[in-house]
Amino acid sequence: MQRRSEWLPHLVIWLGIAITAFPIYQAFIATTWMPPDLAQAPVPVLPGPYGLDNFARVLFDGGTSKVGTTPVGVMMWNSLVMALAITLGKIAISLLSAYAVVFFQFPGRMICFWLIFITLMLPVEVRIVPTYQVVVDLGMLNTFAGLTVPLIASATATLLFRQFFLTIPDELVEAAKIDGAGPMRFFKDTVVPLSATNMAALFVILFIYGWNQYLWPLLIAPAAEMDTVVLGIKKMMGGADAPTDWNLVMATALLALLPPVAVVVLMQRWFVKGLVDQEK
Amino acid sequence: MQRKVIFKGTLLPILLIAPQLAITGVFFFWPAGQALYFSVLEQDMFGTSYQYVGLENFRTVLSDPGYVSSLWTTAVFSVGVTALALVPSLYLAVQVDRVMRGKGLYQTLIVLPYAIAPAVAGVLWLFLFNPTVGSAAWVLRQLGVAWNPILNGDHAMILVVIASAWKQISYNFLFFLAGLQSIPRSVIEAAAIDGASRQRQFWDIIFPLLSPTTFFLIVVNVVYAFFDTFGVIDAVTSGGPAKATEILVYKVYNDGFRSAQFGTSAAQSVILMAIVIALTAIQFRYIERKVHY
Repeated sequence: MQRRSEWLPHLVIWLGIAITAFPIYQAFIATTWMPPDLAQAPVPVLPGPYGLDNFARVLFDGGTSKVGTTPVGVMMWNSLVMALAITLGKIAISLLSAYAVVFFQFPGRMICFWLIFITLMLPVEVRIVPTYQVVVDLGMLNTFAGLTVPLIASATATLLFRQFFLTIPDELVEAAKIDGAGPMRFFKDTVVPLSATNMAALFVILFIYGWNQYLWPLLIAPAAEMDTVVLGIKKMMGGADAPTDWNLVMATALLALLPPVAVVVLMQRWFVKGLVDQEK
Repeated sequence: MQRKVIFKGTLLPILLIAPQLAITGVFFFWPAGQALYFSVLEQDMFGTSYQYVGLENFRTVLSDPGYVSSLWTTAVFSVGVTALALVPSLYLAVQVDRVMRGKGLYQTLIVLPYAIAPAVAGVLWLFLFNPTVGSAAWVLRQLGVAWNPILNGDHAMILVVIASAWKQISYNFLFFLAGLQSIPRSVIEAAAIDGASRQRQFWDIIFPLLSPTTFFLIVVNVVYAFFDTFGVIDAVTSGGPAKATEILVYKVYNDGFRSAQFGTSAAQSVILMAIVIALTAIQFRYIERKVHY
């Protein structure tokens, strides 16, 4: 259409991207210098020589000037276990409940469905204290079970699978019945493979959700060896008495954002689908 | 809602749905019920017995100047985050929609911050705006601004708004771009033939046609600002200085865990629940309408 003015939007877009990416660029620069180089603003323009040292130090020693910090390698492992448990748990549990609601007729079916639906309106943030109390009473403080099981219920994932199951043609169910396949056989051989795309889409969204948890691990897993990386960063920052080692804090921040960003990049097609479907 | 061809059986579906129901029962409904229950009770001085006090706790909460100022802080914060997350993302989406080449690359790059945890986003911006070491703070100082988010409440608010809006831009951008792409080209071309400038085209045609998307995103962003920004606040300001950035969710946490005021903390939870229910209802009513369009 208007070829002549084509360069202007490109310029504006790149400007936008540059502004958006600037904090990450600054963080990257900070990871390649030592504290004295960063003591006074502005941060150097080009990367320095200490990048590998800084990353190795946080990953394996946890050696900030604050004593007793957990190595970030351990935190990354904790985050990974938590994120995967939440993601796979949510997918499994929602797949099963959507299957029950759509493919069976049983007393209380609609009540079950509404009970699951209503949980949309009860995010952790609004029931912090009593939920914490339940976890304490069950002796689940500082355990991976406490960290993950209470977050595994999912109204959005159940709704998404339900929506999809309603579109599975009746002929497939009839055919399975004629072949003498029971409901679990049909579930395993037909429903699960057909849901692969939906599961991939949910995986991206839920992995980000799980990895990025903050309030819940803050309450449920206060022990240092249970720290997740997103939570650990704050503990690495100095207070009034200790200066912050920005080179190490920024290295940790980059390590904390790498896995979810990598998942989005590698699974972009499903990510966009997941986001859009979730809001339907 | 129901398929025509289904399987027989009662026990099996109940077993299938049981894990989800068990978790929602134990970790959602029981605590929510507890919050409702304790919101109308008061503990005695020794914490040994409870007394029914009706709506007393709610009256205490709503007449507490600290709570009212936290409400105000939350309002300022969510309006700030929503505006700052919506305007640039709409602008970027319009530009990306206009270009012929590079759409895929641009989309990938702009979408990335969505994956970053709010708390991590907070720490990145905290570094950039740190009064002694941050580059952005340095620029502000060169411009003559006495920038100090550690002491100045307004500066702290600006900082948490920017950090919270940053990652939400990605999300809004995706939805705006999808909305723009669903507007028929012929409508815009017709306007162009009639001699409408790009600005007229945007304000008279594109913007009104995008209004369902915009409205939906406003609700989503307000919900995000209310409930998903705990990590930003805790990592960047811890609600300070002098409670200048203490949004409601942070206050519930503070009052519930630091000062252990049972009844009023429960009442605060109930008020938050009412807010979520209202926002969710608005969101679903809107989706209902979208179907009829």
